[in-house]
Amino acid sequence: MRERTATDVRARVSVTARASYGRLIAILSARSGDIAAAEDHLAEAFRRALETWPVRGVPDNPEGWLLTVARNLARDSARSATTRLTTPLDLTVTDPAAMSDDPLAIPDERLKLMFACAHPSIDHSVRTPLILQTVLGLEAAAIAAAFLVPGPTMAQRLVRAKQKIKAARIPFAIPDRSEMPARVEAVLEAIYGIYALHWIDGAQAGHDMARDLDAEALFLANLVADLLPDEPEALGLAALIGHAEARRDARRDADGRYVPLAGQDTSRWNTGLMRHAEQLLARAGTSGRMGRFQIEAAIQSVHAARRITGRTDWPAVVALYEGLLAVAPSVGGVVGLAAALGQSDDPAHGPQAGLAVLEGFRSQIGDEFQPWWATRGMLLAASGDHGEAREHFQRAIALSADVAVRAFLAEAIDKLPSQGLSS
Amino acid sequence: MRYTFLLYSEEASWAKMTPAEQQGSLAAFGAYVEALKQAGALVASDWLKPTATATTITLKGGRRIQDGPYADTKEQLGGFFVINAPDLDAAIAWAERCPAAQFGYVEVRPSNIPS
Repeated sequence: MRERTATDVRARVSVTARASYGRLIAILSARSGDIAAAEDHLAEAFRRALETWPVRGVPDNPEGWLLTVARNLARDSARSATTRLTTPLDLTVTDPAAMSDDPLAIPDERLKLMFACAHPSIDHSVRTPLILQTVLGLEAAAIAAAFLVPGPTMAQRLVRAKQKIKAARIPFAIPDRSEMPARVEAVLEAIYGIYALHWIDGAQAGHDMARDLDAEALFLANLVADLLPDEPEALGLAALIGHAEARRDARRDADGRYVPLAGQDTSRWNTGLMRHAEQLLARAGTSGRMGRFQIEAAIQSVHAARRITGRTDWPAVVALYEGLLAVAPSVGGVVGLAAALGQSDDPAHGPQAGLAVLEGFRSQIGDEFQPWWATRGMLLAASGDHGEAREHFQRAIALSADVAVRAFLAEAIDKLPSQGLSS
Repeated sequence: MRYTFLLYSEEASWAKMTPAEQQGSLAAFGAYVEALKQAGALVASDWLKPTATATTITLKGGRRIQDGPYADTKEQLGGFFVINAPDLDAAIAWAERCPAAQFGYVEVRPSNIPS
Protein backbone atom coordinates (compact mmCIF):
# COMPACT_ATOMS: atom_id res chain seq x y z
CA MET A 1 0.00 0.00 0.00
CA ARG A 2 2.69 2.34 1.14
CA GLU A 3 4.81 1.36 -1.83
CA ARG A 4 2.00 2.12 -4.18
CA THR A 5 1.55 5.59 -2.70
CA ALA A 6 5.25 6.22 -3.09
CA THR A 7 5.01 5.12 -6.72
CA ASP A 8 2.05 7.43 -7.30
CA VAL A 9 3.89 10.30 -5.70
CA ARG A 10 6.99 9.61 -7.76
CA ALA A 11 4.83 9.63 -10.86
CA ARG A 12 3.27 12.92 -9.78
CA VAL A 13 6.69 14.43 -9.11
CA SER A 14 7.96 13.39 -12.52
CA VAL A 15 4.85 14.77 -14.25
CA THR A 16 5.31 18.06 -12.40
CA ALA A 17 9.00 18.08 -13.21
CA ARG A 18 8.38 17.64 -16.91
CA ALA A 19 5.59 20.19 -17.15
CA SER A 20 7.01 22.95 -15.02
CA TYR A 21 10.77 22.50 -14.78
CA GLY A 22 11.61 25.30 -17.21
CA ARG A 23 8.99 27.66 -15.80
CA LEU A 24 10.39 27.21 -12.30
CA ILE A 25 14.05 27.53 -13.34
CA ALA A 26 13.20 30.68 -15.28
CA ILE A 27 11.46 32.23 -12.28
CA LEU A 28 14.14 31.16 -9.81
CA SER A 29 17.09 32.39 -11.86
CA ALA A 30 15.61 35.55 -13.42
CA ARG A 31 16.76 38.00 -10.76
CA SER A 32 20.10 36.51 -9.76
CA GLY A 33 21.07 35.24 -13.21
CA ASP A 34 22.38 32.20 -11.36
CA ILE A 35 21.00 29.22 -13.27
CA ALA A 36 23.26 26.70 -11.53
CA ALA A 37 21.98 27.75 -8.10
CA ALA A 38 18.38 27.65 -9.33
CA GLU A 39 18.96 24.11 -10.62
CA ASP A 40 20.47 23.02 -7.29
CA HIS A 41 17.63 24.50 -5.28
CA LEU A 42 14.95 23.06 -7.53
CA ALA A 43 16.60 19.63 -7.47
CA GLU A 44 16.61 19.76 -3.67
CA ALA A 45 12.95 20.85 -3.70
CA PHE A 46 12.08 17.85 -5.90
CA ARG A 47 14.03 15.60 -3.54
CA ARG A 48 12.05 16.92 -0.58
CA ALA A 49 8.80 16.48 -2.51
CA LEU A 50 9.59 12.79 -2.85
CA GLU A 51 10.18 12.70 0.91
CA THR A 52 7.29 14.86 2.07
CA TRP A 53 4.42 14.23 -0.35
CA PRO A 54 3.98 10.54 0.47
CA VAL A 55 3.61 11.53 4.15
CA ARG A 56 1.57 14.74 3.92
CA GLY A 57 -0.10 14.19 0.59
CA VAL A 58 0.47 15.89 -2.74
CA PRO A 59 -0.23 19.62 -2.31
CA ASP A 60 -3.05 21.25 -4.30
CA ASN A 61 -0.50 23.37 -6.09
CA PRO A 62 2.61 21.23 -6.52
CA GLU A 63 4.44 23.88 -8.57
CA GLY A 64 3.81 26.49 -5.90
CA TRP A 65 5.10 24.13 -3.23
CA LEU A 66 8.28 23.46 -5.19
CA LEU A 67 8.81 27.15 -5.91
CA THR A 68 8.38 28.07 -2.25
CA VAL A 69 10.83 25.41 -1.09
CA ALA A 70 13.38 26.38 -3.75
CA ARG A 71 13.05 30.07 -2.86
CA ASN A 72 13.52 29.34 0.82
CA LEU A 73 16.64 27.37 0.00
CA ALA A 74 17.92 30.29 -2.06
CA ARG A 75 17.20 32.67 0.81
CA ASP A 76 18.96 30.39 3.28
CA SER A 77 22.03 30.03 1.14
CA ALA A 78 22.16 33.77 0.57
CA ARG A 79 21.89 34.45 4.30
CA SER A 80 24.86 32.38 5.23
CA ALA A 81 26.53 29.31 3.91
CA THR A 82 27.66 28.35 7.41
CA THR A 83 24.22 28.67 9.00
CA ARG A 84 22.80 26.45 6.33
CA LEU A 85 25.31 23.75 7.02
CA THR A 86 24.98 23.83 10.81
CA THR A 87 21.27 24.46 11.39
CA PRO A 88 18.72 21.70 10.94
CA LEU A 89 16.32 22.31 8.08
CA ASP A 90 13.07 23.92 9.08
CA LEU A 91 10.36 22.06 7.24
CA THR A 92 7.56 24.26 8.55
CA VAL A 93 8.50 27.09 6.23
CA THR A 94 7.88 24.76 3.33
CA ASP A 95 4.49 23.70 4.57
CA PRO A 96 1.96 23.89 1.74
CA ALA A 97 -0.33 25.91 3.98
CA ALA A 98 2.29 28.62 4.39
CA MET A 99 2.84 28.78 0.66
CA SER A 100 2.31 32.09 -1.03
CA ASP A 101 3.99 31.69 -4.40
CA ASP A 102 1.83 30.61 -7.27
CA PRO A 103 3.96 30.11 -10.36
CA LEU A 104 0.86 30.02 -12.52
CA ALA A 105 0.15 33.60 -11.45
CA ILE A 106 3.64 34.67 -12.57
CA PRO A 107 4.05 35.45 -16.28
CA ASP A 108 5.89 32.83 -18.25
CA GLU A 109 9.60 33.63 -17.96
CA ARG A 110 10.83 30.77 -20.12
CA LEU A 111 11.22 32.92 -23.21
CA LYS A 112 13.52 35.28 -21.29
CA LEU A 113 15.52 32.32 -20.11
CA MET A 114 15.84 31.12 -23.70
CA PHE A 115 17.03 34.54 -24.84
CA ALA A 116 19.70 34.41 -22.14
CA CYS A 117 20.75 30.89 -23.17
CA ALA A 118 20.90 31.85 -26.87
CA HIS A 119 22.63 35.18 -26.23
CA PRO A 120 25.22 36.07 -28.89
CA SER A 121 27.89 36.14 -26.19
CA ILE A 122 27.26 32.45 -25.45
CA ASP A 123 29.21 30.08 -27.65
CA HIS A 124 27.08 28.96 -30.57
CA SER A 125 27.59 25.24 -29.98
CA VAL A 126 26.35 25.29 -26.40
CA ARG A 127 23.11 27.25 -26.91
CA THR A 128 20.92 24.30 -27.86
CA PRO A 129 22.33 22.07 -25.08
CA LEU A 130 21.82 24.90 -22.60
CA ILE A 131 18.15 25.27 -23.55
CA LEU A 132 17.68 21.50 -23.37
CA GLN A 133 19.05 21.56 -19.85
CA THR A 134 17.56 24.74 -18.40
CA VAL A 135 14.14 24.79 -20.05
CA LEU A 136 13.51 21.07 -20.36
CA GLY A 137 15.58 19.77 -17.46
CA LEU A 138 17.50 17.18 -19.50
CA GLU A 139 20.55 15.69 -17.81
CA ALA A 140 23.97 16.62 -19.16
CA ALA A 141 24.65 12.93 -19.90
CA ALA A 142 21.56 12.61 -22.12
CA ILE A 143 22.41 15.85 -23.91
CA ALA A 144 25.98 14.69 -24.43
CA ALA A 145 24.72 11.45 -25.95
CA ALA A 146 22.43 13.33 -28.34
CA PHE A 147 25.31 15.60 -29.43
CA LEU A 148 27.80 12.73 -29.65
CA VAL A 149 30.10 14.50 -27.20
CA PRO A 150 31.72 12.86 -24.13
CA GLY A 151 29.63 13.43 -20.99
CA PRO A 152 32.25 15.32 -18.97
CA THR A 153 32.97 17.61 -21.93
CA MET A 154 29.31 18.53 -22.29
CA ALA A 155 28.90 18.99 -18.54
CA GLN A 156 31.89 21.31 -18.48
CA ARG A 157 30.59 23.39 -21.40
CA LEU A 158 27.22 23.77 -19.70
CA VAL A 159 28.80 24.80 -16.41
CA ARG A 160 31.00 27.34 -18.16
CA ALA A 161 28.05 28.85 -20.05
CA LYS A 162 26.00 29.20 -16.87
CA GLN A 163 28.93 30.82 -15.10
CA LYS A 164 29.24 33.31 -17.93
CA ILE A 165 25.54 34.18 -17.86
CA LYS A 166 25.88 34.98 -14.19
CA ALA A 167 29.30 36.64 -14.19
CA ALA A 168 28.79 38.85 -17.26
CA ARG A 169 25.18 39.54 -16.23
CA ILE A 170 23.59 38.42 -19.46
CA PRO A 171 20.06 39.77 -19.09
CA PHE A 172 16.99 37.54 -18.83
CA ALA A 173 15.00 39.78 -21.10
CA ILE A 174 13.11 39.90 -24.35
CA PRO A 175 15.16 42.11 -26.68
CA ASP A 176 13.98 45.42 -28.12
CA ARG A 177 12.13 45.45 -31.40
CA SER A 178 15.25 46.68 -33.20
CA GLU A 179 17.35 43.83 -31.81
CA MET A 180 14.64 41.20 -32.09
CA PRO A 181 15.18 39.78 -35.60
CA ALA A 182 18.87 39.04 -34.94
CA ARG A 183 18.33 37.73 -31.45
CA VAL A 184 15.22 35.65 -32.07
CA GLU A 185 17.11 33.84 -34.82
CA ALA A 186 19.51 32.41 -32.24
CA VAL A 187 16.64 31.18 -30.08
CA LEU A 188 14.89 29.63 -33.08
CA GLU A 189 18.13 28.08 -34.26
CA ALA A 190 18.62 26.50 -30.85
CA ILE A 191 15.11 25.01 -30.98
CA TYR A 192 15.71 23.92 -34.56
CA GLY A 193 18.85 22.27 -33.21
CA ILE A 194 16.69 20.09 -30.98
CA TYR A 195 14.53 19.18 -33.95
CA ALA A 196 17.58 18.55 -36.15
CA LEU A 197 18.96 16.23 -33.48
CA HIS A 198 16.12 13.88 -34.28
CA TRP A 199 17.63 13.27 -37.71
CA ILE A 200 21.08 12.68 -36.30
CA ASP A 201 19.44 10.73 -33.56
CA GLY A 202 17.17 8.80 -35.87
CA ALA A 203 20.28 7.67 -37.66
CA GLN A 204 22.56 7.13 -34.70
CA ALA A 205 20.86 6.57 -31.40
CA GLY A 206 17.44 5.06 -31.82
CA HIS A 207 13.82 5.92 -32.12
CA ASP A 208 12.55 6.65 -28.60
CA MET A 209 14.99 9.44 -27.81
CA ALA A 210 14.22 10.95 -31.21
CA ARG A 211 10.51 10.97 -30.46
CA ASP A 212 11.06 12.71 -27.14
CA LEU A 213 13.29 15.38 -28.66
CA ASP A 214 10.79 16.01 -31.46
CA ALA A 215 8.00 16.48 -28.97
CA GLU A 216 10.16 18.90 -26.98
CA ALA A 217 11.12 20.84 -30.11
CA LEU A 218 7.46 21.18 -31.11
CA PHE A 219 6.57 22.24 -27.59
CA LEU A 220 9.25 24.96 -27.51
CA ALA A 221 8.53 26.14 -31.05
CA ASN A 222 4.84 26.52 -30.25
CA LEU A 223 5.71 28.28 -27.01
CA VAL A 224 7.88 30.83 -28.83
CA ALA A 225 5.29 31.26 -31.59
CA ASP A 226 2.64 31.94 -28.95
CA LEU A 227 4.83 34.41 -27.09
CA LEU A 228 6.09 36.17 -30.24
CA PRO A 229 3.09 36.11 -32.60
CA ASP A 230 4.54 38.93 -34.72
CA GLU A 231 7.79 37.13 -35.55
CA PRO A 232 7.25 35.38 -38.90
CA GLU A 233 10.23 33.07 -38.44
CA ALA A 234 8.97 31.95 -35.04
CA LEU A 235 5.67 31.03 -36.73
CA GLY A 236 7.59 29.41 -39.58
CA LEU A 237 9.59 27.21 -37.24
CA ALA A 238 6.48 26.07 -35.38
CA ALA A 239 4.83 25.30 -38.75
CA LEU A 240 7.89 23.37 -39.92
CA ILE A 241 8.14 21.19 -36.84
CA GLY A 242 4.34 20.80 -36.70
CA HIS A 243 4.31 19.42 -40.24
CA ALA A 244 7.14 17.00 -39.50
CA GLU A 245 5.43 15.83 -36.32
CA ALA A 246 2.16 15.34 -38.18
CA ARG A 247 3.83 12.63 -40.26
CA ARG A 248 5.40 10.82 -37.31
CA ASP A 249 3.09 7.81 -37.28
CA ALA A 250 3.26 7.39 -41.05
CA ARG A 251 7.06 7.16 -40.97
CA ARG A 252 6.80 3.57 -39.73
CA ASP A 253 4.57 0.87 -41.14
CA ALA A 254 2.65 -1.65 -39.05
CA ASP A 255 5.81 -3.76 -38.71
CA GLY A 256 7.88 -0.80 -37.57
CA ARG A 257 9.68 -0.46 -40.88
CA TYR A 258 10.84 2.95 -42.04
CA VAL A 259 8.65 4.53 -44.74
CA PRO A 260 10.12 7.45 -46.70
CA LEU A 261 7.94 10.50 -47.28
CA ALA A 262 7.04 9.60 -50.87
CA GLY A 263 5.74 6.18 -49.81
CA GLN A 264 3.76 7.27 -46.76
CA ASP A 265 0.06 6.52 -46.34
CA THR A 266 -1.39 10.03 -46.14
CA SER A 267 -4.39 8.80 -44.16
CA ARG A 268 -1.98 8.24 -41.29
CA TRP A 269 -0.92 11.89 -41.24
CA ASN A 270 -2.18 13.97 -38.31
CA THR A 271 -4.53 16.43 -40.00
CA GLY A 272 -5.04 18.52 -36.87
CA LEU A 273 -1.32 19.24 -36.57
CA MET A 274 -1.10 19.92 -40.30
CA ARG A 275 -3.97 22.37 -40.24
CA HIS A 276 -2.40 24.23 -37.33
CA ALA A 277 0.94 24.33 -39.18
CA GLU A 278 -0.76 25.72 -42.29
CA GLN A 279 -2.43 28.45 -40.23
CA LEU A 280 0.88 29.44 -38.66
CA LEU A 281 2.58 29.57 -42.05
CA ALA A 282 -0.22 31.65 -43.57
CA ARG A 283 0.00 34.10 -40.69
CA ALA A 284 3.78 34.31 -41.09
CA GLY A 285 3.26 35.05 -44.79
CA THR A 286 1.27 38.20 -44.05
CA SER A 287 4.39 39.84 -42.59
CA GLY A 288 6.17 39.97 -45.92
CA ARG A 289 9.43 38.96 -44.22
CA MET A 290 10.61 35.66 -45.69
CA GLY A 291 13.15 33.51 -43.92
CA ARG A 292 14.66 30.04 -43.85
CA PHE A 293 12.18 28.49 -41.43
CA GLN A 294 9.22 29.74 -43.44
CA ILE A 295 10.77 28.30 -46.62
CA GLU A 296 11.39 24.95 -44.91
CA ALA A 297 7.82 24.97 -43.64
CA ALA A 298 6.61 25.77 -47.17
CA ILE A 299 8.47 22.69 -48.44
CA GLN A 300 6.66 20.61 -45.83
CA SER A 301 3.43 22.29 -46.85
CA VAL A 302 3.90 21.19 -50.49
CA HIS A 303 4.39 17.62 -49.26
CA ALA A 304 1.31 17.91 -47.04
CA ALA A 305 -0.80 18.89 -50.05
CA ARG A 306 -0.41 15.33 -51.39
CA ARG A 307 -3.02 14.33 -48.84
CA ILE A 308 -5.58 16.29 -50.88
CA THR A 309 -4.19 16.33 -54.43
CA GLY A 310 -2.76 12.81 -54.43
CA ARG A 311 0.48 14.02 -55.99
CA THR A 312 3.57 16.00 -54.99
CA ASP A 313 4.47 19.16 -56.86
CA TRP A 314 8.18 18.32 -57.12
CA PRO A 315 9.13 21.33 -59.29
CA ALA A 316 7.73 23.52 -56.50
CA VAL A 317 9.81 21.61 -53.94
CA VAL A 318 12.89 22.13 -56.13
CA ALA A 319 12.23 25.87 -56.38
CA LEU A 320 11.78 26.15 -52.61
CA TYR A 321 15.01 24.25 -51.90
CA GLU A 322 16.84 26.55 -54.30
CA GLY A 323 15.40 29.49 -52.39
CA LEU A 324 16.38 27.89 -49.10
CA LEU A 325 19.98 27.33 -50.22
CA ALA A 326 20.21 30.95 -51.31
CA VAL A 327 19.05 32.18 -47.88
CA ALA A 328 20.59 29.54 -45.62
CA PRO A 329 23.04 27.11 -47.20
CA SER A 330 23.22 23.74 -45.44
CA VAL A 331 24.19 20.17 -46.30
CA GLY A 332 20.65 19.06 -45.44
CA GLY A 333 19.32 21.57 -47.97
CA VAL A 334 21.70 20.30 -50.66
CA VAL A 335 20.59 16.71 -50.12
CA GLY A 336 16.94 17.81 -50.09
CA LEU A 337 17.37 19.65 -53.38
CA ALA A 338 19.09 16.66 -54.98
CA ALA A 339 16.35 14.27 -53.85
CA ALA A 340 13.62 16.63 -55.12
CA LEU A 341 15.38 16.99 -58.49
CA GLY A 342 15.42 13.21 -58.76
CA GLN A 343 11.65 13.07 -58.34
CA SER A 344 10.74 16.03 -60.55
CA ASP A 345 9.50 15.35 -64.10
CA ASP A 346 10.44 18.83 -65.26
CA PRO A 347 12.68 18.29 -68.35
CA ALA A 348 15.49 20.30 -66.72
CA HIS A 349 15.34 18.14 -63.57
CA GLY A 350 15.67 14.39 -63.00
CA PRO A 351 18.19 12.04 -61.31
CA GLN A 352 21.17 13.30 -63.33
CA ALA A 353 20.52 16.88 -62.23
CA GLY A 354 20.28 15.64 -58.64
CA LEU A 355 23.56 13.76 -58.92
CA ALA A 356 25.24 16.86 -60.34
CA VAL A 357 24.12 18.91 -57.33
CA LEU A 358 25.45 16.31 -54.88
CA GLU A 359 28.76 16.08 -56.75
CA GLY A 360 29.18 19.86 -56.57
CA PHE A 361 29.01 19.79 -52.77
CA ARG A 362 30.94 16.58 -52.18
CA SER A 363 34.00 18.23 -50.64
CA GLN A 364 31.84 20.24 -48.21
CA ILE A 365 29.70 17.35 -47.07
CA GLY A 366 32.32 14.81 -46.07
CA ASP A 367 32.17 11.03 -46.01
CA GLU A 368 30.22 10.54 -42.80
CA PHE A 369 26.90 12.13 -43.74
CA GLN A 370 24.44 9.26 -44.13
CA PRO A 371 21.77 11.17 -46.13
CA TRP A 372 24.37 12.02 -48.80
CA TRP A 373 25.02 8.30 -49.45
CA ALA A 374 21.39 7.23 -49.19
CA THR A 375 20.16 10.00 -51.49
CA ARG A 376 22.95 9.50 -54.00
CA GLY A 377 22.13 5.78 -53.98
CA MET A 378 18.49 6.52 -54.81
CA LEU A 379 19.50 8.85 -57.65
CA LEU A 380 21.99 6.33 -59.05
CA ALA A 381 19.36 3.59 -58.91
CA ALA A 382 16.89 5.85 -60.71
CA SER A 383 19.40 6.62 -63.43
CA GLY A 384 20.19 2.92 -63.95
CA ASP A 385 23.64 2.76 -62.35
CA HIS A 386 22.80 -0.19 -60.15
CA GLY A 387 26.31 -1.26 -59.20
CA GLU A 388 27.17 2.19 -57.87
CA ALA A 389 23.76 2.45 -56.22
CA ARG A 390 24.39 -0.82 -54.36
CA GLU A 391 27.73 0.48 -53.01
CA HIS A 392 26.10 3.71 -51.88
CA PHE A 393 23.29 1.93 -50.05
CA GLN A 394 25.83 -0.31 -48.34
CA ARG A 395 27.79 2.72 -47.23
CA ALA A 396 24.58 4.37 -45.98
CA ILE A 397 23.69 1.23 -44.01
CA ALA A 398 27.09 1.35 -42.34
CA LEU A 399 26.33 4.94 -41.27
CA SER A 400 22.80 4.24 -39.92
CA ALA A 401 22.31 3.17 -36.31
CA ASP A 402 18.51 3.00 -36.72
CA VAL A 403 17.46 -0.61 -37.40
CA ALA A 404 14.40 0.46 -39.39
CA VAL A 405 16.41 2.74 -41.65
CA ARG A 406 18.98 -0.01 -42.22
CA ALA A 407 16.20 -2.44 -43.13
CA PHE A 408 14.75 0.08 -45.57
CA LEU A 409 18.11 0.51 -47.27
CA ALA A 410 18.67 -3.25 -47.40
CA GLU A 411 15.31 -3.53 -49.13
CA ALA A 412 16.38 -0.87 -51.62
CA ILE A 413 19.41 -3.06 -52.43
CA ASP A 414 17.15 -6.09 -52.90
CA LYS A 415 14.99 -4.14 -55.32
CA LEU A 416 17.97 -3.42 -57.58
CA PRO A 417 18.02 -5.71 -60.63
CA SER A 418 20.42 -8.57 -59.91
CA GLN A 419 23.84 -8.05 -61.37
CA GLY A 420 25.49 -10.12 -64.05
CA LEU A 421 27.40 -13.32 -63.25
CA SER A 422 30.69 -11.50 -63.50
CA SER A 423 30.08 -9.76 -60.20
CA MET B 1 27.62 46.28 -12.85
CA ARG B 2 31.06 47.46 -13.88
CA TYR B 3 32.49 46.45 -17.25
CA THR B 4 35.87 47.16 -18.78
CA PHE B 5 36.31 47.57 -22.51
CA LEU B 6 39.75 46.57 -23.76
CA LEU B 7 40.42 48.21 -27.11
CA TYR B 8 42.51 46.21 -29.56
CA SER B 9 43.64 47.40 -32.97
CA GLU B 10 46.68 47.52 -35.19
CA GLU B 11 48.60 50.43 -33.75
CA ALA B 12 50.49 50.90 -37.02
CA SER B 13 47.25 52.03 -38.63
CA TRP B 14 47.22 55.21 -36.52
CA ALA B 15 50.55 56.32 -38.00
CA LYS B 16 49.22 55.68 -41.49
CA MET B 17 46.28 58.02 -41.02
CA THR B 18 46.38 61.57 -42.40
CA PRO B 19 46.36 64.36 -39.78
CA ALA B 20 42.75 65.11 -40.75
CA GLU B 21 41.77 61.46 -40.20
CA GLN B 22 43.55 61.48 -36.85
CA GLN B 23 41.66 64.64 -35.87
CA GLY B 24 38.39 63.01 -36.88
CA SER B 25 39.14 59.92 -34.83
CA LEU B 26 40.04 61.97 -31.76
CA ALA B 27 36.84 63.97 -32.11
CA ALA B 28 34.83 60.74 -32.31
CA PHE B 29 36.47 59.47 -29.11
CA GLY B 30 35.82 62.85 -27.47
CA ALA B 31 32.14 62.67 -28.34
CA TYR B 32 31.96 59.10 -27.08
CA VAL B 33 33.55 60.01 -23.74
CA GLU B 34 31.10 62.90 -23.46
CA ALA B 35 28.13 60.61 -24.12
CA LEU B 36 29.35 58.16 -21.44
CA LYS B 37 29.75 61.04 -18.97
CA GLN B 38 26.29 62.43 -19.78
CA ALA B 39 24.78 59.01 -19.09
CA GLY B 40 26.68 58.78 -15.81
CA ALA B 41 28.27 55.57 -17.08
CA LEU B 42 31.94 56.51 -17.29
CA VAL B 43 34.20 55.29 -14.49
CA ALA B 44 37.61 55.67 -16.13
CA SER B 45 39.34 55.55 -19.47
CA ASP B 46 42.72 56.02 -21.03
CA TRP B 47 44.43 56.06 -24.39
CA LEU B 48 47.80 54.30 -24.35
CA LYS B 49 51.02 55.06 -26.19
CA PRO B 50 52.17 52.32 -28.60
CA THR B 51 53.52 49.01 -27.32
CA ALA B 52 57.04 50.17 -28.27
CA THR B 53 56.87 52.22 -25.06
CA ALA B 54 55.75 49.26 -22.93
CA THR B 55 57.76 47.72 -20.11
CA THR B 56 56.79 44.38 -18.63
CA ILE B 57 57.63 43.45 -15.06
CA THR B 58 57.40 40.13 -13.27
CA LEU B 59 58.58 38.59 -10.02
CA LYS B 60 57.39 35.18 -11.10
CA GLY B 61 60.44 32.94 -11.41
CA GLY B 62 62.72 35.78 -10.38
CA ARG B 63 62.54 39.55 -10.77
CA ARG B 64 62.61 40.64 -14.38
CA ILE B 65 62.01 43.94 -16.09
CA GLN B 66 61.89 43.81 -19.84
CA ASP B 67 61.15 45.87 -22.88
CA GLY B 68 57.89 45.41 -24.73
CA PRO B 69 54.32 44.30 -24.12
CA TYR B 70 53.40 41.06 -22.33
CA ALA B 71 51.73 39.55 -25.38
CA ASP B 72 53.04 40.01 -28.90
CA THR B 73 49.89 39.99 -30.99
CA LYS B 74 48.72 41.21 -34.37
CA GLU B 75 46.41 43.69 -32.69
CA GLN B 76 47.58 45.58 -29.65
CA LEU B 77 45.87 46.90 -26.55
CA GLY B 78 45.59 50.61 -27.23
CA GLY B 79 43.23 51.86 -24.56
CA PHE B 80 40.37 51.03 -22.24
CA PHE B 81 37.11 52.24 -20.83
CA VAL B 82 35.65 51.29 -17.48
CA ILE B 83 31.89 51.85 -17.43
CA ASN B 84 28.83 51.09 -15.36
CA ALA B 85 25.94 49.35 -17.14
CA PRO B 86 22.91 47.47 -15.87
CA ASP B 87 23.65 44.30 -17.84
CA LEU B 88 25.69 42.85 -20.68
CA ASP B 89 23.26 44.03 -23.37
CA ALA B 90 23.63 47.62 -22.17
CA ALA B 91 27.43 47.19 -22.07
CA ILE B 92 27.42 45.74 -25.61
CA ALA B 93 25.35 48.69 -26.80
CA TRP B 94 28.03 51.07 -25.42
CA ALA B 95 30.82 48.93 -26.91
CA GLU B 96 29.20 49.14 -30.33
CA ARG B 97 29.17 52.94 -30.10
CA CYS B 98 32.88 53.00 -29.23
CA PRO B 99 34.88 54.37 -32.21
CA ALA B 100 37.49 51.67 -31.64
CA ALA B 101 34.98 49.02 -32.75
CA GLN B 102 35.09 50.53 -36.25
CA PHE B 103 38.78 49.82 -36.81
CA GLY B 104 39.48 47.14 -34.21
CA TYR B 105 38.03 44.97 -31.50
CA VAL B 106 36.41 45.84 -28.18
CA GLU B 107 36.64 43.09 -25.59
CA VAL B 108 33.98 43.47 -22.91
CA ARG B 109 34.86 42.04 -19.51
CA PRO B 110 32.72 42.12 -16.37
CA SER B 111 34.36 43.28 -13.16
CA ASN B 112 35.28 40.57 -10.69
CA ILE B 113 34.88 42.93 -7.74
CA PRO B 114 31.40 42.57 -6.17
CA SER B 115 29.48 45.83 -6.46
